[in-house]
Amino acid sequence: MLGIESMSGSAEAIATIGLVLAEAIALYVGYGALSSVVGETILDAVGGD
Amino acid sequence: MDILGLTPMMVGIFVGFGLLIGILFGFFGMGGSFLVTPALLVMGYPSTVAVGSGLAFVFGTSVIGALRHRDHGQVDYKLALIMTLAMTVGIEGGKRVVFFLDSTGMADLIISVAYVGLLAVVGLFTLRDAWGSEETDSTGRDLADRVQSLHIPPMVTLRGDVRVSGTIVFAVGLVIGVLSGFLGVGGGFLLMPAMMYGLGVPAAVAVGTDILQITISGAFGAFRYAQSGSVALPVVGALLAGSALGARIGAGATQLVEEDAIKGYFAAMLLAGSVAVAAKELGTAYGIGLLNTVSIVLIFGAAVLVSGAVVLAAICRLRNDGTGTWCRLTTT
Repeated sequence: MLGIESMSGSAEAIATIGLVLAEAIALYVGYGALSSVVGETILDAVGGD
Repeated sequence: MDILGLTPMMVGIFVGFGLLIGILFGFFGMGGSFLVTPALLVMGYPSTVAVGSGLAFVFGTSVIGALRHRDHGQVDYKLALIMTLAMTVGIEGGKRVVFFLDSTGMADLIISVAYVGLLAVVGLFTLRDAWGSEETDSTGRDLADRVQSLHIPPMVTLRGDVRVSGTIVFAVGLVIGVLSGFLGVGGGFLLMPAMMYGLGVPAAVAVGTDILQITISGAFGAFRYAQSGSVALPVVGALLAGSALGARIGAGATQLVEEDAIKGYFAAMLLAGSVAVAAKELGTAYGIGLLNTVSIVLIFGAAVLVSGAVVLAAICRLRNDGTGTWCRLTTT
């Protein structure tokens, strides 16, 4: 699926942890940027202002 | 066209479920991870994969939590070190039990029964807490005083001038580690009360240490399961994509809504999770398809209901609306 299945057990495990860590950091940064751009607009729209 | 082995519909379901779990995690500070493993169990994933993927999800979520809290909370590194050693041993023990049970064909049944008990107990405690928190606080202080009066060497001094037996701290970490490795949970919902009410650690120190602790133990647990190929990475990836967004919404809602107002719903969700896993086991044992459907509806329905209540309550506060039919429904 992701090309890591052919690795040995420990290498696959390190790659798995690395991928989860990379995704978590990317999501934190990405959603952070998104919420600073559109956050206020959404809050105003939801709040009925 | 499948995405990393999952149909687009399954990706949507996992992202959506992750979103709901993220809202709960961001709002209550707990309650994320211990719904993932039961959800994967009721969806038919093998118990080893359900537990391993649950731990990988815990790791990813706690990394995001640690990034959010890096400027807040205080960490007691001495407490974190003892807990890390104890939980590492405990997780390894819990994992070995799961794989042993898997080889005997009993893993699904025993893990499900353990979940039914755990969710029911935590649900009932939360319900009691929602009805009268003063009594619980007093009981917690009494327990911490009693634990601190036990002088089993070596004694350690923690932040906040708390002096407690290192042996007891290790024993607490060991038990939580076993549960973490056995059930695929981060242990935050056990660590936080154990540190605050059991050891008497101040809340700010407990929060900071808890997040560091879960990040380390989640990484170790996920690593050990991943070594056996028991982490469904596409599932974890989709869940994280939803939960990272949900956690922002949930954390934003804490600025607007009192946690106690929603706590009754949260307790009901835990109890519904307990009934869902029990229904799934009975449905599988006796071949009753309807019970399997009931379990899926219960676990997803409860998550939708409680996260919906959080979002609705926040919207009502934003609009200063406390009298509308929907707004009145959000307080328990």
